[in-house]
Amino acid sequence: MLIETQAGAAFDLDRPWQLHPQVSVRPERFGALLYHFGTRRLSFLKSPALLTVVRSLGDAPSAREACRRAGLTQAELPAYAAALRTLATSQMISPREPA
Amino acid sequence: MTQRGSPPALVEQFQYGLDAPICLTWELTYACNLSCVHCLSSSGRRDPRELTTAECRAVIDELERMQVFYVNIGGGEPTVRPDFWDLVDYATSHHVGVKFSTNGVKISPEIARRLAASDYVDVQISLDGATAEVNDAVRGAGSYATALRAMRNLARAGFRGFKISVVVTRQNVGQLDDFQAIADRFGGQLRLTRLRPSGRGADVWDELHPTGGQQRQLYDWLLARGEQVLTGDSFFHLAAYGDPLPGLNLCGAGRVVCLIDPVGDVYACPFAIHESFLAGNVRGPGGFAAVWRESELFARLRRPQTGGACRSCSAYDSCRGGCMAAKFFTGLPLDGPDPECVKGHGEHALAAVAGAPVPRPFGDHSHRNRPVPVTIGRRPDRACDENPLAGFRP
Repeated sequence: MLIETQAGAAFDLDRPWQLHPQVSVRPERFGALLYHFGTRRLSFLKSPALLTVVRSLGDAPSAREACRRAGLTQAELPAYAAALRTLATSQMISPREPA
Repeated sequence: MTQRGSPPALVEQFQYGLDAPICLTWELTYACNLSCVHCLSSSGRRDPRELTTAECRAVIDELERMQVFYVNIGGGEPTVRPDFWDLVDYATSHHVGVKFSTNGVKISPEIARRLAASDYVDVQISLDGATAEVNDAVRGAGSYATALRAMRNLARAGFRGFKISVVVTRQNVGQLDDFQAIADRFGGQLRLTRLRPSGRGADVWDELHPTGGQQRQLYDWLLARGEQVLTGDSFFHLAAYGDPLPGLNLCGAGRVVCLIDPVGDVYACPFAIHESFLAGNVRGPGGFAAVWRESELFARLRRPQTGGACRSCSAYDSCRGGCMAAKFFTGLPLDGPDPECVKGHGEHALAAVAGAPVPRPFGDHSHRNRPVPVTIGRRPDRACDENPLAGFRP
């Protein structure tokens, strides 16, 4: 569970993740706004591709697979992993038990 | 790619406005049991034209369709509306979260338990002094005790993280650590906001707004606490000191926020209740969405701003000229410095307009027969206008 608590820790791309059930997503021109009703915090997704990734997390066996499905290249992966880590730190996305 | 990634680009996006506000302030009634000297909306008496329960529900339906995540409900004292709790339930069951501001008068142990049970309601208790003496001078006799009783009830009901909302004044800026101690004691979170010369605040601003030295003290205090203390993004004019405070650091008026007042009028922001910032009314054709999307005023606010007299200032990219409402109600041009400009340009600008007429706040709902209980700042018109209990300490 290194992901949830340690800022700066690596993001585990290979496990299943999900959008937190208390998070609401509003698509915008620049990406999306996220609001967490539990923590009452607002976050921004600054690219439509990141929105695609976040939305498909719940159906993908891993975050890596969600990124692949969104059409991300290997070179783009580190930036997206960093963004997902930030989202995990603020509880916008949470680990999901494998099906 | 989230909030911390590359903020400037996002701020650009927000400057040109969104299809729906991120959140908005909705004042449900002008009725209030108090008569705070700095009330932004000059509240006191109910307005007979206030939106009915059915009209309020229609607004909530629209907010749900527009995916507005939450509304900041205020007033007046919103909890004195008999349908208040029903409207809160209606909003949360329609995916519109509610954060409401109250002086605490209706927060009984039973209500506190009910609030603690909901994930979609947040409570903000107003407190403008860490002691009864400082608070009651601004908010009226007994208001400190009422607020603390509400906090105690919330804490006992297990409501964690409710907000304690403080308008920073010259008189309470020395109590910041004491406010934090009160928040810690009740498991609340501190929220500091800026005093605006709006509503009745116009009458007391000269004597209540923090001095230059106090602004610096406030900035240092806030910077040291980071995201621990909320500010509603209200001190972005202080970003000109150097590092920005947490938040968007942008005037969101008409771009990402707005105000719906008790009679359904939509203003650019809660601090700008004046016809110059009136965009329309939710009772008009197309409702709130049409006002938000089609108002000429909002279109104008979303166009790039020139910066005017501030353009040549090195700090302009940080403070962006400060607060529109603060400028307007002190008689300053909107494209010049904020009256509390940390570089001192506001003082020169104020001196330049001294003696000129200042726009008056719009729509006074103050109690007619109750003198506003001031002991700080305002001189009573006649000796008997002074509250006989002013200065009384039990």
